[in-house]
Amino acid sequence: MRNKDRVKAFLTLLPSIILIGIFVYGFIGNTFWISLSDWGGSGALAINPVKNYIGFGNYVDLFTGFLGGGFRQDLVNAVFYSVMLLAGAIGIGLVLAMLLDNKPRGEAFFRTVFLYPMSLSFIVSGTIWRWMLAPKGGVNILPTYVGMEPISFSWLSSTGAIWEFNWQNLLQVAVYITSVVLIVTGLWLVKRVPVKAILLLVPGVVLGVGGWLWGDMLPKALFMEETHGFNIATFGIIMATVWQYSGYTMALYLAGFTGISQDLRDAAMLDGATTVGYYRHIALPLVKPITISAVIILSHISLKMFDLIFAMTGPDNGATGHPALNMYLTTFRANDFARGASIAIILFLIAATFIIPYMVSSYRQRRAR
Amino acid sequence: MKRLVVSTCVAAFTALLLAGSPVVQAKELTGELEIFSWWAGDEGPALEALIDEYKKQNPAVKVVNATVTGGSGVNAKAVLKTRMLGGEPPDSFQVHAGQELIGTWVKADRMEDLTPLFQEKGWLDAFPEGLIKNIGTDTGIWSVPVNIHRSNVLWFSPANLEKWGITAPATWDEFFAVAPKLQEMGIVPLALAENWTANHLWESVALAAMGAENWDALWAGKLAFDSPEAVKAWELYGKVLEYTNKDASSLSWQQATDMVVDGRAAFNVMGDWAAGYMNITKQLAPGSGFGWAASPGTGGNFMFLADSFGLPKGASQRDNALAWLEILGSREGSDAFNPLKGSISARTDSDLSKYNEYGQSAAGDFGKDRIVGSLAHGVTANEGFMNDFASVMEMFLKTRNAMATAKAAQQIAVKNGIGK
Amino acid sequence: MKSKITPGTIFLYSALVLLAIAYLMPAYLAVVTALKFPADISLPRSWELPPVVNYGSFAEALGLLKGNIANSVILTLSATALSTVLGSLNGYVFSKWKFPGSEIIFTLFLFGMFIPYQVILIPLFQTLRAMNLYGGLPGLILAHVVYGLPITSLIFRNFYAQIPDSLMESASLDGAGFFSIYTKIIFPLSVPGFVVTSLWQFTQVWNEFLWGICLTRHADNPITVGLAQLAGGQAVSWNLPMAGSIMAALPVLLIYIVLGRYFIRGLLAGSVKE
Repeated sequence: MRNKDRVKAFLTLLPSIILIGIFVYGFIGNTFWISLSDWGGSGALAINPVKNYIGFGNYVDLFTGFLGGGFRQDLVNAVFYSVMLLAGAIGIGLVLAMLLDNKPRGEAFFRTVFLYPMSLSFIVSGTIWRWMLAPKGGVNILPTYVGMEPISFSWLSSTGAIWEFNWQNLLQVAVYITSVVLIVTGLWLVKRVPVKAILLLVPGVVLGVGGWLWGDMLPKALFMEETHGFNIATFGIIMATVWQYSGYTMALYLAGFTGISQDLRDAAMLDGATTVGYYRHIALPLVKPITISAVIILSHISLKMFDLIFAMTGPDNGATGHPALNMYLTTFRANDFARGASIAIILFLIAATFIIPYMVSSYRQRRAR
Repeated sequence: MKRLVVSTCVAAFTALLLAGSPVVQAKELTGELEIFSWWAGDEGPALEALIDEYKKQNPAVKVVNATVTGGSGVNAKAVLKTRMLGGEPPDSFQVHAGQELIGTWVKADRMEDLTPLFQEKGWLDAFPEGLIKNIGTDTGIWSVPVNIHRSNVLWFSPANLEKWGITAPATWDEFFAVAPKLQEMGIVPLALAENWTANHLWESVALAAMGAENWDALWAGKLAFDSPEAVKAWELYGKVLEYTNKDASSLSWQQATDMVVDGRAAFNVMGDWAAGYMNITKQLAPGSGFGWAASPGTGGNFMFLADSFGLPKGASQRDNALAWLEILGSREGSDAFNPLKGSISARTDSDLSKYNEYGQSAAGDFGKDRIVGSLAHGVTANEGFMNDFASVMEMFLKTRNAMATAKAAQQIAVKNGIGK
Repeated sequence: MKSKITPGTIFLYSALVLLAIAYLMPAYLAVVTALKFPADISLPRSWELPPVVNYGSFAEALGLLKGNIANSVILTLSATALSTVLGSLNGYVFSKWKFPGSEIIFTLFLFGMFIPYQVILIPLFQTLRAMNLYGGLPGLILAHVVYGLPITSLIFRNFYAQIPDSLMESASLDGAGFFSIYTKIIFPLSVPGFVVTSLWQFTQVWNEFLWGICLTRHADNPITVGLAQLAGGQAVSWNLPMAGSIMAALPVLLIYIVLGRYFIRGLLAGSVKE
C-alpha cells in the first residue's frame, strides 16, 4: 500500500519533471549547441536552415571581434545596472524598512505606497518613466516648483560616459578591482580578525602596486583601442528600477525586523544601545540571509531588464543597451541566431555564477534538517 | 534585362503547367486577411485608404491590421521574424523593396513568386523597368511595390528661412556657411532624431561626397568602403553632425520634423514621408507651409526606396492576400494610397492631379533624375549589413574617427558579401 | 509614548511623507496626463492638473487595447489556474512524499526560476512551432505554466511543510492513500497557499512581455505588448499611453492593495529561504 502510494507520488511529479527537464535543461543545451553553430546569414530563415558546427568562434568574436563593441558596452552596462540597482534598492529599501520598523501611524498606508511600484509591469513603469524623464519636462522641471532653475540633463538620450576605461586594459582593470576589493574587505576586518585582514591586505596592496607598475605587460584584451564606461543615459533607467524594487527589499527587511523579538530590542536598548547601534550590531547581522536573498533576486532582475529598456529608450539606443536586448536584436533583427544564442549563454553563465552557489547552499540546508 | 525577360517567360510557363492559376478568381472571398506593416500613427490613414478599398471589393473578409510601430520598421522586422520562424506568417507583409526582401526572405525560400500575378495584371509594363529589376531576381518577382519615396530631401520652412535671411543650401559648403550664424541665433541648423535617422542622413551626405557613380560602385563591390572616396564621406558626415541637436537619440523623426516646423531648427534631411506628415497631420500647405530641395550636393539624383508587400509561403489566407496584392498594384489603389502617404506611385500611369505640389514635383524628378538606391531603407544592402552598419554608425558617433569607421565598414561589407 | 512629539518623530514622519510623495509622483503624472486632452499636454506643464478633464482617453485607449486585455485575461486565468494546481501537487510530493533524490530534483526545479529567459527563447519557439502551438494563446499558456512550476512548487512545498506529519499519519492509518490524503486533508488546508500562489502567478503572467512579443501573433498579443505598441514610436498624444498604462496596471494594483498581505507572503516565499 505504502509502496503503491510512493509510486503514485512519483507519477504525480513525473509530468513536471519531464516538462522542466525539456523546457529548462534541454532548451539550455539546445541553445548552447546553436551557439556553437553558424546558424545565421541570408539563409537563416529557411524552413530547414543549414547549421554547421564551428566551435567557440561566436564567443571569440563577441569578446575580441571588431563588431562585438556593442556587445562589450552592453556587458559593461549590465555590470553597472546590476551594481547600481543592488546598491540603490538595498540601501533605500533598508532605510524605508528602518523607518517603518518604528511602527509609525499609517504604517500600512506607507507600506502600500512604497511597494505598489513592484506590482507594475516593466512596460507600464517604463512608459511612465519615459514621460517623467522627457527633456524639458517631468523630473527636469521639478526644481522650478521650489523656485530653482530647471535641470537640463538629457536623461535617456545623453551619449556621455564617465568612468571610462580602455577594453584593451581589461586585465589591468580586473587587477585593480580585485586589489580594491581585497583592501576594503581587509580594512573592514582589521579590528575583528587582524590575521585574516593581513592576509587580504597584503595581496591587495601587492596586486594594486603590481598592476600599476607592470600593468602594461599584461596581454591586451583587444587589438584596438575601445573605451567603455558608465553611460550616463542609463542613469534614468537605473532610477526607474530602483523606484520599482526598493519597496520590495523594504518588504523583505521589514519581515526580517518584525521577526526579531521585541524582548531582544528592549534588552539592547536597556543596555544603552542607540537606534543606530541596535540596527548595526543586532538587527542587520540577524537579517543577513535576507540580504543574501535580496542580492540574488535583484541581480536576477537586473539581468532581465529587457522590458524596461525596451519601453524606456526603445531597442535602438546603443547607449542604454543590455545583453538581454542585444540577444533579441541579434537573433530576430540581424538573423544571426548563433550569435544571439551565444549572448544568451553568456547571460546564463553570469546568472549561474551567483545562483548555483545559492542553490547548493539551500540544498545543503534542507539536507541538514 | 534580357535575362529577366527570359526568366519571366520561364516562370510564366511553369505557372501554366501548375494546376490552378494563383490569380484570384472572381468568387466571393471570406475569412480573414492579416496585413503586417509598420504604418501606424500619421502614416495610418494611407494604409486605411487601401484597406477601405479592399473592404469595398471584398466585404466578407475581416481585415486584421497588424501594425508594429517604430519608424523605418525596426521593431516590425523583428516581430515579423518571430512570426515567420514560428511558421505563422502574416498573409501579407510590408517590406522594403530591394535587398532587404531578397537578402532575407527570398534567399531563405520563404516567398512565393508573383510573376504570374504581374503578367495577368499587365504590371510588367505598368511599373518602370528599373524598379522591377530591384524587386525581382533571376528566379522571379517577389513583391508588389506600392510607392516610391525619395530619401535625399532637405526640408525647411520657407517663412522661417526668410525671417532668418537665408536660403536652402545647394551644397554642404553653403550649409557650413550659414550654420554657424543659425547656431548664434540659438537655432539648430540641422534637426536629427533617433539612430536610424543618423543612417538616413549618412546616405544623403555620402551621396553628396562621392557622387552617384561611386555610390553605385560601392554597392556593386567595385569600390571599397575604405577607399579615399568613402573616407571623405565619413569626414564630411562628421562635420555635418556638429550642427545637429544633442538630444537626437530620444526623438522620433516626427519630433525632428516638428523642430523645423516650430522654428527650433532650420533644416532636416528626411525621406519624403515627411511631406505627408506636414501636409496631413500638421495641415501645412506644400510650397508655402513647408519647402524642400534635394539634400545638399545631391541635386539631379533621386535616392529612392519603395515599400512593397509580398506573399509569404504558407500564408493561411492565400486567396485573400492575392486580392490584397491586386489592389496594391492597381492604379486606383496606388492613387488612393500615395497622396495620403506623401509618396509617389510606383506606376508610370498614375493620375498626377490627385497628388499635391510636392508629389508632382517628386514624380517629375523621378522621371528625369539619376536613380540610386537607399541604404538606410533596404534597397542596396541586405539586413545583415544593415544591422552591422548600425554598430559601425554607433562607433562613428562615439569616436568621430572617419578612417577607422571606413575600415570597419569595409570589414562588414566583406562579411556580408557586398565588398571583396 | 506615541503621543510625545520629539525631534525623532518629526524626522520620521517628514522623511516618510517626503518619500511617499516621491514614490507617488510617477502615478500622479500618469493620471493627470491621462486626463488631459492631447492639446493640453505640453512638457513644461506636465505636472499641472488638466484644465479640462478628458475621461475620453480611457475610452479611446480601451477601444485600442480591448482585444489585448481580453487575451491577457484568458492567458492569465488559465496559466495561473494550471500552474497553481500543478504546483500544489508538486509541493505535496516534495514535502510529504520525499523519495531518494527528491531534494535534488527540487533544487533542479528551483534553478528554472532564475534562468534568464533569453537562454530558452530560440528552442522554445522551435518547439512550439513543432507542436503547432506557436502564435496563439495556448502556446503562451504552456510556456507560463512550465516556467511557473518552480515558484509554485516552492511556495506550496514551504506551505505544506508547516502541516504536521501526524495529520498525514493518522489518515494513512485510517487507510487513506496518496490521493485521498491530498483531497481530504491537504487540499482543504491549502486555501491560503492557493491565494498566495495564484496572486503571485497572476501578476507575473499579466506583466510578462518578452514571450508575449515573441510568441504570439498580432490578434493574440497580451496587454503588455499592446501597450508597448501604443506607447512606442510616434506616440504624440501622451494621454493614450498613460491611460493604457493605468488600465494595464489596474488589475495587479487592485489585487495588491486589497490583498496586499498575501502578495507580500508570495514575495517572501519567492525569495527568503524557508
